[in-house]
Amino acid sequence: MTSTIEAPRSPRTPKGPYGRSTKKSGVNWEKWGWIYMRVSGVVLVVLIFGHLFVNLMIGEGVSALNFAFVAGKLTNPFWMVWDIIMLWLALIHGGNGMRTLVNDYATSRISRGILKVAILVSVVALIVLGTLVVFTFDPCPAGAPADLVASFCKSL
Amino acid sequence: MPQTAGTLDSQQKTTSRRPAGTLYRGNTGMWSWVLHRITGVAIFFFLLVHILDTALVRVSPEAYNAVISQYQTPIMGLGEVALVGAIVFHAFNGLRIILIDFWNAKYQRVLFYVVIGLWVVTMLGFVPRHLINVFSH
Repeated sequence: MTSTIEAPRSPRTPKGPYGRSTKKSGVNWEKWGWIYMRVSGVVLVVLIFGHLFVNLMIGEGVSALNFAFVAGKLTNPFWMVWDIIMLWLALIHGGNGMRTLVNDYATSRISRGILKVAILVSVVALIVLGTLVVFTFDPCPAGAPADLVASFCKSL
Repeated sequence: MPQTAGTLDSQQKTTSRRPAGTLYRGNTGMWSWVLHRITGVAIFFFLLVHILDTALVRVSPEAYNAVISQYQTPIMGLGEVALVGAIVFHAFNGLRIILIDFWNAKYQRVLFYVVIGLWVVTMLGFVPRHLINVFSH
């Protein structure tokens, strides 16, 4: 079994990896994806380490998490912005990483297509859902038991 | 078989025991890459679940508390140790990849041991405190 390596400086073959044309399009999306992974990665290290520290290390950590704890955070503009940026950066970073794995390991064109559509649908759906949750959150829902909501709900 | 430029037979490919000129085949370069992929996939699937469970705050306080209390059980407490371990490795190794790309690739091996060292230090800070929080409630 032999594999052929083109001689140096030979003209480009008409089809690149995955049967794609190597003809130059305007924007090099793979390059910008590569840059995005690094830029978003640095920001995500800060955002996720901060998220983990506040939710798992301060006070009683995971044992203290409940609706009232989340209400305290999602009524604070600082944490709303923090969570929204983290949501968008992490989902796109993760979705692009999964796309890389599909390109590497899914062998047929059809399975690659199905998996990449599934990744795209999941990422878009969860970005929309997460963004709506942050901006439409009601910390003091009508009729909720007083011991389950934040203490500031009493003054309303 | 006459050797022509640009062809390799399988014999030559498989007898090359000592890879040269690559960061990603064999030893630390390869294993850091394998771990980066495995931790990345694990974190991605947790992220999907985590956004869904957090979205329950829009359903009702009872629904959110019922699900989040599952995160406070001993078994899930150990799962959170694995999750944080995966995130911390992926974070530090990601910074290592950036340093290899933009600074100097010849330090990739020593940087891998720096990643392992920082991972151990971070986990020593996190795990005891987290396990106390999980098992004392």
